[in-house]
Formats: sequence, structure tokens, C-alpha cells
Amino acid sequence: MLKDITIGQHFPGNSPVHRLDPRIKILATIAYVVFLFLATNAVGLVLSIAMVLALYVVAQIPLKMLKKSLKPMIPIIIFTVILNLFFITGDGDPLFRVWKISVYTEGIMFCIVMIVRILCLISGTSLLTYTTSPIQLTDGLERLMKPLNVVKFPVHEMAMMMTIALRFIPTLIEETDKIISAQKSRGAMLDSGSFTDRVKALVPILIPLFISAFRRADELATAMECRCYHGGANRTRLKQLKITSNDIICTAVCVVAFGVIFATRFFFTPLI
Amino acid sequence: MIKATNLLFGYSEEREKALNGVNFTAEKGEFIAVLGSNGCGKSTLAKHFNAILLPEEGTVEVEGMLTTQDDRLFDIRQKVGMVFQNPDNQIVATIVEEDVAFALENMGVEPSEIRRRIDEAMEKTGVYKFKDKAPHHLSGGQKQRVAIAGIIAMRPDYIVLDEPTAMLDPEGRRKVLKTIKSLNKEYGITVILITHYMDEAAQADRIVVMSKGKVVKEGTPKEIFSQVELVKSLSLDVPQTSEIAYELGKLGHNLSTEAISIDECAQQLYNFLKG
Repeated sequence: MLKDITIGQHFPGNSPVHRLDPRIKILATIAYVVFLFLATNAVGLVLSIAMVLALYVVAQIPLKMLKKSLKPMIPIIIFTVILNLFFITGDGDPLFRVWKISVYTEGIMFCIVMIVRILCLISGTSLLTYTTSPIQLTDGLERLMKPLNVVKFPVHEMAMMMTIALRFIPTLIEETDKIISAQKSRGAMLDSGSFTDRVKALVPILIPLFISAFRRADELATAMECRCYHGGANRTRLKQLKITSNDIICTAVCVVAFGVIFATRFFFTPLI
Repeated sequence: MIKATNLLFGYSEEREKALNGVNFTAEKGEFIAVLGSNGCGKSTLAKHFNAILLPEEGTVEVEGMLTTQDDRLFDIRQKVGMVFQNPDNQIVATIVEEDVAFALENMGVEPSEIRRRIDEAMEKTGVYKFKDKAPHHLSGGQKQRVAIAGIIAMRPDYIVLDEPTAMLDPEGRRKVLKTIKSLNKEYGITVILITHYMDEAAQADRIVVMSKGKVVKEGTPKEIFSQVELVKSLSLDVPQTSEIAYELGKLGHNLSTEAISIDECAQQLYNFLKG
């Protein structure tokens, strides 16, 4: 049952987006978010939407997946809309009044911009996790954050922790399944009773899980020591990240797209 | 050569010493099995061979290097590889080949050389075909062979295996043992195998029996297992082949308990039954 959980929601494929160097992908995603907030006019926003949709098409990610990742955002969007609609006041006369609250044109505009931004933000970052395997993502992050070593930030250790966490998620899920079955076979009532009863019933599952996780950690540490592990110093990597022609083309496309989105600021009047 | 002299080690002050004056040598190319009941100190001894534990008294020498020499620590660990019981708890990476490469990455080997060595290691242990898989999709025996590949990628001279087959099904056990034997016979790696399975121990060149933190008996499998009563008094078993000869011997028939391989035993029984 628990085994079906997928972490990171990676959607394997072989498109140019998938093959793109994870470092560039991470940077491009960050840049996309920044430019999304710089685009304040209608054309810029439409272009932002068009760009992310085009990337989904190139990456051959079914739009069903996109819908799935946007669905949880609906409550947040509704919340934002209500707040902005009623509390933003404009210069002119209110458009209409509902009870004591007046709605202005500015409020509506702001809402539209915010909705587009939130949707694009989520679609853009989901695209990163859909097209990049967790291990590539960790790898890319480690290499991108390498300069932070100068300020003694433990970059390698962070990446190692992420890798080990990813490695042990399926193992621990399997173990949780086993413990649940074991406790059920001794008569534990996990699916019935009041909310507090159910929370209490989790204790005999979590305690063995934690104890075993600590034992695993201890054994893993010994095994790592046996394999000459001594932190990130003088470490080499099997897989080197190399910049290919695909990476250069994709970077160029992104730079042009971002440039166009940014340039719209100078030609069109902002909505907000 | 690995040489332990008068080894003394205890986990805490109050408890009995886990190792109480152990002398042990492993020559290059040997296949040694270490037997002993639970808590006799065999795992503790194993962890001394590559400086995971350091002796309280006495010394452990690996190819002339003392395990207490800090500056030789990684040389020692490269020379003496170690495989543990639970394969899940020794695999670090999320992809098989990345895990096999882990030790080499730590040692700072060039990427192209890593590639060559891990391919070789995966070929030797027969896991090459799983190289792109995630470890949790493999069976226990396959995972254990991945763990062994991760060790032999370091090109160690010695490999210490601490009950590597204890958590495996018979099929996984058979394949892991076959791999271990081929590492010894074909590639000349010295194997020190800690085990509870007598049929595995019977295939070794030499057996070391431990009890209460001491080495109590040493010899070839024939020498050890023919002394059925002694072995049983240490709460260990003998292989079924020795057992049958021993039981028949108790009934007054004269059979040799030294016939420990199945072929030898069958031949002996055949001769016995024929007349």
C-alpha cells in the first residue's frame, strides 16, 4: 500500500528538457520565477504562460500531470483572490459594492496577475521535478552550491544526506508496512476509533521504526567508513556533468525568452 | 598478511572482554572461515582487521601496517574490505553503479578509471545487468552481491564477510557463496568468512573456531568437523555429512567423520552398505 508513493514525482523521458544539465535547469527555474514577477503587463504574462506550456509540450509531459500538480493550489488561489479583491482600493470610483465592501478595477487586475503568477510558478517548478531524477537534482544542487564551501557551508554533507534520505525512503516505507502488519496481527486497532485513538495507535508503529532507523544509521555509517568515506575532501565523482550542445541551445532559448518577457515592460503599460 | 597478536578488547568496563587475547593470522590467498556461537567475539574481531575498532591491548598488523597508525588508515581500509550481514544497510546510493563507485569516489580515483573498475567489479560479482537499477528493486542476494562489488571495486587484497548470507534465501545464499569462492579461487583475494552455516565453513581452506573471546581451535575443515563432540560442546553444529558418520559410529559402525563433502560421504556410505 505505502509502496506506491513516488517521491519527487519524476516522469522519465528523453526530451531535450530531460537531457538538460540539472544545474542549468535549476538556474533556469529560478530565473523563470524572477522574470515572472518582473512581468507586470498582459503581454509579458501571456508569454510566460506560453513559455511554460511550450516546455511541457517539448518535455512530453501529459497535461494531466500539470492539472494534478495545480489542483492543490486552488484553495490558495481562492484565498488570495478574496483578500485582494476586497482589500485593494483604487483611485477612481469603486466598480461595484457588496455590502460594505467596494471592489475596484485595480483589485480585479491584481487578482488576475496573482493567479497567473501562482499557476506559472507551480507549473514551472513542477516541470523541474518532473523532468529531473532526484539523484540528478541532488547532484546539480551540490555542484551549484559548491562556492558556498568558502563560507564553510557543508555542501557535500547536505547532498550526501539528501542522497541517503532518498535511498532509504523505500526501505523505511517497506519496514513501516511490516511493522503495521505485525502490530495489526497482535490486535492493534489502527483504522478505527476516534481521532485521538488513532494518533495513539501510531506510537507502537513509530517507536520500532525509529529504533530500527537508528540501528540502520549506525550500520550504514560503519559500512561507509569501511569504504574509506571521509567527507567531501578530495572526492571525485563517477558521473561528470558536461555541457553539451543541447545545453547550449536550451540556455540560448531560455535567455531569449526571458529577454523578451523582460522587454515587454518597456513597450506595454503594466496592469498593476 | 593480517596478523593479530594478543588482542584484547571490551565494549565497556563492566562487561566481559569481547576479545580476550586473540591470536590470528591470515596468509595471502587463503579462504578462512570463522565459526563461533553468538557473542563469541567474531564480529568484534572482524572489525579490528580494518581499523573500525582499535585494540585495547595487543596489535593488528595488515601487510606490515599497524591499524593504530592514523596516517595509514585509508591504505588499510582499501586493502581490507568488509561486507556486513544486512545488505540494505550498506548500500549508500540510489543507483547500483553509483553505489559500486562509492568507495572509489571517496578514494579520489579519476572518473574514467572508476568506470573501468566498477564495470570489472560488477562483472566479477554478476550484477552488471542491474547496473542502472534502484537497489530496492533487487532481491536480498542481488543486493548483497552489489555490496560485495562495492568492496572489490577498491581492489582489496582481503575481504572480510560478516555473516553475509544470514538474511538471504537459499538461492541468494548459493549465489553469494559462489561469488565469494570465485573471488578467492579465480582472483586470489583472501577471504575471511564469518558464518553460522557449517556447509559454507566446510568449503574453506582453514577454520578458526572462537569461543568467549578466544580462538579455541584451528585447522582444516576435516580436522575440525571430525571432532564432532568438541564442536558440539561449543554449541555449534557439524555438517550433516559428519553428523551421519558420527551417529552411525555411536551405533558401533566404523565410519570416518572426516568425509565432509557430499561425494565423499556418499562413497563411504556406499562402501559401508555394500559390506
